[in-house]
Amino acid sequence: MIVEPCSLTIAEARELLDRRELSAVELTRSCLDRIAAHDGRLNAFITVCREAALAQAAEADARMVGGAGGPLCGIPLALKDIFLTRGVRTTCASRILDGFVPPFDATVVAKLRAAGAVFLSKANLDEFAMGSSTENSAFGPTRNPYDLDRVAGGSSGGSAAAVAANQCLGALGTDTGGSIREPASFCGVVGIKPTYSRVSRYGVIAYASSLDQVGPFARTVRDCAVLLQAIAGVDPRDATCAARPVPDYAGALTGEIKGLRIGVPREYFIEGMAPAVDGAVRAALRQFEALGGRLEEVSLPHTEYAVATYYVLATAEASANLARYDGIRYGLRVAADNNIELYERTRGAGFGAEVKRRIMLGTFALSAGYYDAYYLKAQKVRTLIRRDFARAFERCDVIATPVAPTTAFAIGEKIADPLQMYLSDIFTISVNLAGLPGISVPCGYDDRGLPIGLQLIGAPFAEETILRAADAYERSGATVRRPPII
Amino acid sequence: MAAQRIDLETVRHVARLARLRLSSEEETRMQEDLSAVLAYVDKLNQLPTDDLEPTAQVGEAGTPLREDRITNQPETEALLANAPDRQGGFFRVPRIID
Repeated sequence: MIVEPCSLTIAEARELLDRRELSAVELTRSCLDRIAAHDGRLNAFITVCREAALAQAAEADARMVGGAGGPLCGIPLALKDIFLTRGVRTTCASRILDGFVPPFDATVVAKLRAAGAVFLSKANLDEFAMGSSTENSAFGPTRNPYDLDRVAGGSSGGSAAAVAANQCLGALGTDTGGSIREPASFCGVVGIKPTYSRVSRYGVIAYASSLDQVGPFARTVRDCAVLLQAIAGVDPRDATCAARPVPDYAGALTGEIKGLRIGVPREYFIEGMAPAVDGAVRAALRQFEALGGRLEEVSLPHTEYAVATYYVLATAEASANLARYDGIRYGLRVAADNNIELYERTRGAGFGAEVKRRIMLGTFALSAGYYDAYYLKAQKVRTLIRRDFARAFERCDVIATPVAPTTAFAIGEKIADPLQMYLSDIFTISVNLAGLPGISVPCGYDDRGLPIGLQLIGAPFAEETILRAADAYERSGATVRRPPII
Repeated sequence: MAAQRIDLETVRHVARLARLRLSSEEETRMQEDLSAVLAYVDKLNQLPTDDLEPTAQVGEAGTPLREDRITNQPETEALLANAPDRQGGFFRVPRIID
């Protein structure tokens, strides 16, 4: 069987590109052909940049001939349509940004561009990254490559589905409450949310600024490490960005985890969890023991309060961040006789149901008479959640949990019940509240063949540790990856 | 924060604060949805928090300062290119003062 270039890992493609056995143009064309054949059904992408991608690939080929290629030179990637891309429309899956073409690149986009990466497309998402299924997109839901009647997860569902379906070799997403890890789990790929402040957010459309973080998707842990290397680090344009040096992430993948203390929080193995998920995660824990890791029972006692805390804080921040969409400077405008009415009509017509719901909830939580009872209260509970993790990390090096209580659910199954949808993030949300790094790595399939993800959580800036553990698990071959149906 | 049902008047008040025009169907739906979410959020009241400091940020960046100097080039055309309505070098809006 001839391997299509689009199905290569970044590491495999790198070798072939460096040996001149494959050109960046051939590789890019292979991805574009795959997109043309399947994305009509999958709907992973909002915008495909065919001509620009081929031009970038040709440039990358020229650069490699000149001996100036780096790890990502000529590698075709997808970008969640939340990253500003100079000259390419950016929608955030919202009608309110209708016609918006950014005049500048997000820092992470500029970094990848400088590294010679090829941008194939802008990937589908829940509008303004608000959702867990990519059903809240003004451009229709992304479908799961393992079952087209099921969701890809969200909010970075397009990025995850595209990587799973070999439409690109890697992708960028954002994660505010699980928006990288949950779709990675549902689509059977690897996704990492770095420590809060590890990656610049300049030019990334803001949802909840004390929680948002940028991270990569890829088909292997090693590929994720290479992508993270390229985007991490301080940025003078993002004052929240940490000034710490960026370690050599790929260099941390030694395959050696002897003596690693793996914390297993009892609060994450709950009633109501799908038996297949429980079984796959427990099997993964046994595999870690077989690899020389040591399991430690730990407790994160405030876990059950995380979803409530998140939906106060994230919506409060969102209500402020989304005030900028006023119909004056860019995007949709619904005309009216006076400014107030113009704002109200534009926002009423431009935002989808879930975005309106979160703006309303956040505005309520911040409004006179409710601020202390909701917003301040949630900020205090956040302190407790953060403390839980600090204590747990005195006893372990990584914490292992399921990513989500179920595998991918059916399209339409939870969309009418916001609270049920919010609870699909029950295992990922605490990590954002505490600002920690977390990775999702495939650890099995249920009886329908739907992927299951294992989450490994690290202490602040311990990306190397969770990458090393995830890579050791992946390399052990305990989970044999299955191809999607698309 | 007693578990409370949001009334329609509160929905309309908050929508005005948020500058959101909602249809009457949307108002009704919003009343249901917000009430359900707030009833769930009420579980935070199970926790005593009087002695706790609130967490607003988890980063370690602090508040870095930079030199006060212009680093970007004026790009009036590029910025105005996205305006839904403009006149010359300005964004055009409805009349504010009669």
